[in-house]
Amino acid sequence: MTSIARTVAIRRGRQRSAAGTDRVARPGFAWALPATVFFLLFAIVPLVLVAVLSFVSWGGLGSPQWAGVSNWTKLFHDPVMLQSLWLSLLLTVLGVAVQTPVSIFIGVWAAGYQRNRAVLSAIYFVPLLLSATAISVLWRALLDPNFGIPSQARWLFGSGNLLGSQAGAMGVLVFVGAWQYTPFHTLIYQGAARAIPRVLYQAAEIDGAGRVRQFLHITLPQLRNAMITSMILMVVGGLTTFDTVLILTQGGPGTDTTISAYYMYRKAFQGFDFGTGSAIALLLVVVATIISLVVVRISGYDKMRSMAEGV
Amino acid sequence: MRRRPNYLAGLASIVWLVLVGLPLYVMVSASVQDTSGFSASGPLGLPHHVTFSNFVSDFSGGFGRYYLNTVIVTVSVVAVVLLVVPPLAYAIVRGRGFLTRGAFRMFLLGLAIPAQAVIIPMFYLISKAGLYDNLIGVILPTAAFALPVCALVLSGVMRDISPELYEAMAIDGASSWRVFFRLVLPLSKSGVSTIVVFSALQAWNGFLFPLVLTQSNSTRVITLGLYDFQTEFGVNVPAMLAAVVLSMVPVLLVYLFARRALVQGLMGVGGK
Repeated sequence: MTSIARTVAIRRGRQRSAAGTDRVARPGFAWALPATVFFLLFAIVPLVLVAVLSFVSWGGLGSPQWAGVSNWTKLFHDPVMLQSLWLSLLLTVLGVAVQTPVSIFIGVWAAGYQRNRAVLSAIYFVPLLLSATAISVLWRALLDPNFGIPSQARWLFGSGNLLGSQAGAMGVLVFVGAWQYTPFHTLIYQGAARAIPRVLYQAAEIDGAGRVRQFLHITLPQLRNAMITSMILMVVGGLTTFDTVLILTQGGPGTDTTISAYYMYRKAFQGFDFGTGSAIALLLVVVATIISLVVVRISGYDKMRSMAEGV
Repeated sequence: MRRRPNYLAGLASIVWLVLVGLPLYVMVSASVQDTSGFSASGPLGLPHHVTFSNFVSDFSGGFGRYYLNTVIVTVSVVAVVLLVVPPLAYAIVRGRGFLTRGAFRMFLLGLAIPAQAVIIPMFYLISKAGLYDNLIGVILPTAAFALPVCALVLSGVMRDISPELYEAMAIDGASSWRVFFRLVLPLSKSGVSTIVVFSALQAWNGFLFPLVLTQSNSTRVITLGLYDFQTEFGVNVPAMLAAVVLSMVPVLLVYLFARRALVQGLMGVGGK
């Protein structure tokens, strides 16, 4: 085995050295094959299959029946579906709006060399380690109208039943999402801020630029790529929020927080309408892809290739 | 060069620290009280009578079984990742073929595929394969969805190995196998530990795949146990929060020892 590989490698090496300078044994595609096949089977095939399933009618038992576009026409006449799309977008936009400034601020701060920074960032990171389930159960207990934190601070929370109104429940979902994911985005910005060449700040200092101007004219522009990466992750994450909604609000009150990912789950796994569920899933992927492409286009960041190579 | 501390950002980070720390404090303090003690002292108060009965009753309520299942899933997912990702990353970094580059593109694309998007076809495929309500049916998709990030992190680390070292091995006439085991693996230990921690974390915290692909008590994992607990006994807050504490103890222990590996790996994902 080894000797065959070596012979092949040497032969290949000779070909290379004839053409260029490279005499090193190169791993062939066989090295990537197990992972590739595995991923094809469990991610790419299902992704293709979801498109097919969106045109069938299937109740979970027996075999799926072809249904044409009926799932889709039903969906676009379904007020709950339209509402859920709108709520998903709202949750995503609010999530980006809350998490981006906070994580830039703290990330840039943490990139400096203050004392205690290590201890602080060790604690910041904890929510990211916890499952969305644990976090949702925890916050549901903390926000309980009878014995939770709001009941202790009625001057701030009014009736104390935050999850009882649409605004309150959406606010809680945005907050809990930020609580969980801000550490991650902070980390992205911290890494990017560390990579900013210090000479830029030295030059600005010589020019007499203050801290605010340095932040606006050096730090922010230099963080652009990190911002795009982070925002795309926030968009995909926001559109696919699921565990939090299932545990914290069950889509309620009424259908007031029934976002699309949760509506898909309800349609498919509680209503046994897997065709319509698949259509919603596909719609979510399409919307997430479009938004990501728009973010990339607007920001003028079409260097995805160079990012891929630089990783 | 930047000497003056940034008070404003420092203040903001302390506010955020309170937002993170306070809920964690309430959770731990509630978990060591009984219901009457908890309602007497309030969520923010200090526990007066510390008791561990909540943890005991959680375990008698089946949490031991859930723990075991979660450990099985986590260990298996890490094993699969360790088996397929290092060779993949090596091929991505050192391979020259058209297929390898195509595979790398696929994994980059895979970063953006959410589990929700494929959960219905996954349910279909796993049922057809006869793996429904079987831990193997949870392990396989969970491992698959850990691959893209792991491949990215590990290939990032492998890229830092200097070309001279490969040249030196080439002069010795080393094969790909030898280069992989003698040079690439030893020099990317940090990356390997990152992907171990990362995939273990994903498996330990996984919720959607177990929720949809298992059913019976004997295949229930911790996260599902928490979910059931919340719907069934939502009133007994201390016992519920004790279960949450139990679910995160191993994670926090690992974090204590592998913080650097995890943080730097994640920083690499966004930072580069």
